[in-house]
Amino acid sequence: MEIKELFTVSIYTENHIGLLNRISAIFQRRHINIESLNTSVSEIEGVSRFTILVKMTEKEVKKIIGQIEKQVEVIKAFYHTDDETIYQESCLFKIKSDLLFEERQIQNIIKDSNARIVTVNKAFFVLEKSGRRNEIELLHRELSVFGIMQFVRSGRIAVTKDEMKITEMLAAFNN
Amino acid sequence: MTMEELPTMKKKQYLEQPKERISGSEAIVRCLLAEGVDIIYGYPGGAIMPVYDELYKYQNEIHHVLTRHEQGATHAAQGYARISGKVGVAMATSGPGATNLITGIADAQIDSTPMVCITGQVASHLLGSDAFQETDIVGISTPVTKWNHQITKAAEIPEVIAKAFYIARSGRPGPVLIDITKDAQFEEFDFQYKKCDGVRSYIPVPKTDKGSLNLAAEIINGAKKPMIIWGQGVILAHAEEQLKAMMEKTGIPAAWTILGASAISTSHPLNIGMVGMHGNYAPNVLTNDCDVLIAIGMRFDDRVTGKLDEYAKQAKIIHFEIDPAEVDKNVKTDVAVLGDAKDNLTKILPLLETKTHHSWHQKFKDLYAIEFEKVIKNDLHPTKDGLTMGEVLNEINSKSGGNAAIVSDVGQHQMITCRYADFNVSKSNITSGGLGTMGFALPAAIGAKMAAPNREVIAIIGDGGYQMTIQELGTIFQQKTAVKIVVLNNNFLGMVRQWQQLFFNKRYASTEMTNPDFVTIAKGYQIQARRVSERKDLGYAIEEMMKSQDAYFLEVCVEKEDNVFPMVPSGASVSDIRLE
Repeated sequence: MEIKELFTVSIYTENHIGLLNRISAIFQRRHINIESLNTSVSEIEGVSRFTILVKMTEKEVKKIIGQIEKQVEVIKAFYHTDDETIYQESCLFKIKSDLLFEERQIQNIIKDSNARIVTVNKAFFVLEKSGRRNEIELLHRELSVFGIMQFVRSGRIAVTKDEMKITEMLAAFNN
Repeated sequence: MTMEELPTMKKKQYLEQPKERISGSEAIVRCLLAEGVDIIYGYPGGAIMPVYDELYKYQNEIHHVLTRHEQGATHAAQGYARISGKVGVAMATSGPGATNLITGIADAQIDSTPMVCITGQVASHLLGSDAFQETDIVGISTPVTKWNHQITKAAEIPEVIAKAFYIARSGRPGPVLIDITKDAQFEEFDFQYKKCDGVRSYIPVPKTDKGSLNLAAEIINGAKKPMIIWGQGVILAHAEEQLKAMMEKTGIPAAWTILGASAISTSHPLNIGMVGMHGNYAPNVLTNDCDVLIAIGMRFDDRVTGKLDEYAKQAKIIHFEIDPAEVDKNVKTDVAVLGDAKDNLTKILPLLETKTHHSWHQKFKDLYAIEFEKVIKNDLHPTKDGLTMGEVLNEINSKSGGNAAIVSDVGQHQMITCRYADFNVSKSNITSGGLGTMGFALPAAIGAKMAAPNREVIAIIGDGGYQMTIQELGTIFQQKTAVKIVVLNNNFLGMVRQWQQLFFNKRYASTEMTNPDFVTIAKGYQIQARRVSERKDLGYAIEEMMKSQDAYFLEVCVEKEDNVFPMVPSGASVSDIRLE
């Protein structure tokens, strides 16, 4: 039995309505839970990029990549281990403003964690933190002692250490 | 007629037309004409009415066939595509019209059938409002289409339809659904059509690595006990002649998957029969004995492989495949030769050595003799009282000479048909292989007969599947389609009953059928009909059927509790195939 590990799946696609549905269906059909999913523009104009975090065996992820690449509007799909990528997540905490002044400890936590205060008003302040999952989880644990009004964490975004030759592929089509 | 075959004047007219201001719905019909569509299968309704109004105008150019259910339209389009190699077209309205297409679309997806479905949709301002007959058909059809798209502006129509046909027919073919809002159908715009010749994110045929061809040739040349299994990929790539040349030069025995049937004549001496659950004994057993397994345009479906852990483990596996996602999906290959089967078989032929493999081929013959003694003899030439499905096939073969196109449904009769039908012409075995859609055969036979009116098209159907799309007798009646229909009636859902007998302790839960008088029903549609329940009447009835210039219905009452053998039980290895 192969071991399941975390893979970052990066997919370059055309910007087409319904493609998210088509791609997520590939995972759903095989009963694979998506840990996180992010879609954005990419380094190439007009080309979108999906970043999907999944936990599965390498054998499975290879097949999934094949199924994804088979979709007409997918230009290319890749999978990478954590070691092969530079990755980050981002999160926001909404916390009562009183605490910022009453609890000295909070200020230390903010400073030590390299979190950033986005806004402060009379009622609440918003703290932003980008980093690895464990850093965000640590900050969450530390702040939850004081009470968090709202918390949200983004999906993983990642760039790869190695090159992904998309531009050349698209250029080849145009020639 | 494809674009290439269009008379030059007509072609010019489509390609070099100046921009013209027409409605979206007229544009749809003009696009279909430009793609060479001559027949559409469909069913009208509110959201597609503007297109039907245009079809009325263009009825001399394009023949619309009103099926009696939208599912029938998709299967008819499939039958049309499977026998002709052209793209089948089905059309339906929004909501239930669209959802009724889904079974046929899923069937076309898993069996790689080129098909374009066009659905009407509620006006764009109503999208998402739960309007009358609104359904998210793009969302619903996503997992079962090769591509789909919703059009909300008339100006998108030419480009999207051109892309739809290109995607449906290119590479590994498949179904495409285009959903068009009613306002886009009414909207006028400046129409001009340009055929699609590429989509930048889509590589229909992957590049062949020359090294893989050389390596494959080297392995094949060194093989002592090689075996070919070909699938529908050979038919879709028009590679029948190339496969035959390869078989004859190398002397390699070749077996086929259910969808690969008919690519090589069943009488060819190197054709060793069907693989899979109810395939022939020799190719199944010897899959686990061969030293090189050459898979061509097939996808190692579980019905072909049985237990994967015990499938051809001793063999080096070479996989000729157009779809990279199929490589290593189920069976780990040693050499994958990606690309078009026709190209690659042409390229590999000069690299292959001329051989005969006599003693290896003899092994297949020896096992065939066992299968003949234990199974085939009793199926084709029974001595017991009740009629067998096999003897019906035997009789059809003797009258058709193996030149008919055979459309089968799903179940026992399908396995018997695919095991015993003689085929001399490619694209002649039309059946629902991957999805196993009961109800496929009757409408598919209509489409096949219309696409190939000069061929004999015989639908062979069980009493269960027949009643799933029996309403299409209405289409046959109205269109005067000269299909021959043979219902092999055992008053059971036979395949399920067989499994109940073998694996569920003969507990026949909901498999026995009380059937109506099928002959009377056929006569209600003014179709000549006959029932046979005795052996002495069979030959005459089939002869009468074959001689008929019109549609003909023949019900054959066969033995109620016959089983299909050989059989690889579910989850067993192919070499553990049972003969009884």
